[in-house]
Amino acid sequence: MRLVLEKRAEHSAKMALLSPIIALALTVVVGGVIFALRGLDPVEALYVYFIEPLTQDWARQQLIVKAAPLVLIGAGLAVAYSANVWNIGAEGQFILGALLAGMVPVYFTSWQTPDAMVAMILLGVIGGMAWAMAPAVLKTRFGANDILSSLMLVYVAQFLFDWLVRGPWRDPQGFNFPKTVNFDGWQLLPRWGDIHLGALFALIAALALFLMMTRMLKGFELKVLGAAPRAGRFAGFSGARAVIFCFLLSGGLAGLAGASDVMGLSGQLQTPYSPGYGFVAIIVAFLGRLNPVGVIIAGLLLALSFIGGENVQVALGISDKIAKVFQGILLFFLLACDTMILYRIRLETSRQAAARAGG
Amino acid sequence: MDPAVIFIILTAATPLLFAALGELVVERSGVLNLGVEGMMVMGAVCGFGAALWTGSPWLGLAAAIAAGMAMSLLFAILTLTLVSNQVASGLALTLLGLGLSGQIGEAFVGQPGVKLPSIGGIDPLIPLAVVLTAAVSYVLFRTKAGLVIRAVGDSHASAHALGYNVIAVRYLCVLFGGACAGLAGGYLSLVYTPQWIENMTSGRGWIALALVVFASWLPWRTLLGAYLFGTISILSFVVQTKAWGIPSQFLSSLPYIVTIVVLVIISGNRMMMRKNTPASLGQPFVPDR
Repeated sequence: MRLVLEKRAEHSAKMALLSPIIALALTVVVGGVIFALRGLDPVEALYVYFIEPLTQDWARQQLIVKAAPLVLIGAGLAVAYSANVWNIGAEGQFILGALLAGMVPVYFTSWQTPDAMVAMILLGVIGGMAWAMAPAVLKTRFGANDILSSLMLVYVAQFLFDWLVRGPWRDPQGFNFPKTVNFDGWQLLPRWGDIHLGALFALIAALALFLMMTRMLKGFELKVLGAAPRAGRFAGFSGARAVIFCFLLSGGLAGLAGASDVMGLSGQLQTPYSPGYGFVAIIVAFLGRLNPVGVIIAGLLLALSFIGGENVQVALGISDKIAKVFQGILLFFLLACDTMILYRIRLETSRQAAARAGG
Repeated sequence: MDPAVIFIILTAATPLLFAALGELVVERSGVLNLGVEGMMVMGAVCGFGAALWTGSPWLGLAAAIAAGMAMSLLFAILTLTLVSNQVASGLALTLLGLGLSGQIGEAFVGQPGVKLPSIGGIDPLIPLAVVLTAAVSYVLFRTKAGLVIRAVGDSHASAHALGYNVIAVRYLCVLFGGACAGLAGGYLSLVYTPQWIENMTSGRGWIALALVVFASWLPWRTLLGAYLFGTISILSFVVQTKAWGIPSQFLSSLPYIVTIVVLVIISGNRMMMRKNTPASLGQPFVPDR
């Protein structure tokens, strides 16, 4: 018996939509097994993880709060990955966005007009773009692997953040805690309950990128360069320009997400600071089928995985680290199921194989 | 230089060397496994746990190797049997490994570890890594098996046409890579810092990937690169103790910055890159029938 892959004549649109659903179902099943192995009632634990958060108002708000950065970053990554540009350093670009936005409260504490907010948001975008520009230029100019260099810069960003917040940017009145001054007034994003303006940014960004990818030449160019770089070059599209564009776009959005996160949620820079949104957004991009609108749904789902993790920690006393396990398993199953988009999978017995070889 | 310093440098370099040698063989067979970090961290946590339970660091090392292989098997099934995108699958392996190890290792945080004993005053894995370098170099360039691996990596279609089982060769290479990454992780939690800290690999898996590029897929150059990186990371400790007013965070980020610089310098040399890069690297293969 062996597994045989048969190439489909064209890629199956039905499977492309079905695959995330199958992957999700498999993840839930494995999740139940993990809970059972830890001596919990799997049905109850799964309910607490995936359903209960949806029944409570605070959790529904948290869902949107956590989904916002995931969608912002994921939408940018979806575009980049469609073009076969592998920015996996969004976490670093996110941190730089938070840092640059934080410059305003740190150095201009008394700047309290609406333009302070605008400046902080713009600085966040610039920070993310700058951090993403490095791997893009190193790739286009020197051919250095962008996957590795963008990832290395995540660590550099973390150390930079740590140094600034513990050192020169530390709040002098902060009792020596490693944190900056509290942001105040116009240095914060407007909020409705827990939900802040970042959610709106995410929605707008995803819709705009959806339009770009489906209705505009730029989107077509990126998709062609991703699927068939040679054909793209014949059409006069520049691969190098696409790399720069994708890094700037996804980096800028990650920076925006970082700025929104500190301006809407924590209201200060505080170390250690690693929500891990930049890495989870990679899963969001794939789960959303590299489609910016799909990313919205995927972002909400992965946000649920964070909140469910917190919920089982409170309710059942197991660590919220289980969330990371679920996220990893989900991506694994998703990639496995995606095989069915391009191939039909059959099990072939040795007799069938012999018959085929003979005939 | 003080022999003690040299010893510390070798200790820092050896996990990088193990992981990079494994990945070198994987990439020579035409497969790009970006999941080194995930396999390594699973090796670290399983090695630590097994040593703690059995009391034997050697069994711990065996468990680390097994854990790395188990992870690489997942990757192999995904990319070789199901022909998934190798870049995405490698990332998935890393994310899964980091998550799973955090979960498994929860009970180990703060526990005193079991340190691998040194034999005759020397940590036995340091010479083993050198022996492994020689072995990989010999097998890849002096034996038929090595020729087949390189053929599969350079042109899978031709190797297939000649009757070699491309998928089987790649499975074996990926498993070897997993064993090496697991061993590297075990080295971290049983020798380098005999304890479990979440994410204790802290990017070493990625640095190992960069080392393979740096070494332009040649084993002895990998050894050179690993020792160079060991020196840099220890140098930052030395400078730190001298307290010249350089922020410690800058020194800690030095290995990552150096990695980028090295990548840029090496990649600029396009002739050498083209000569040594396995031609089928990262491309999926489905045998036609």
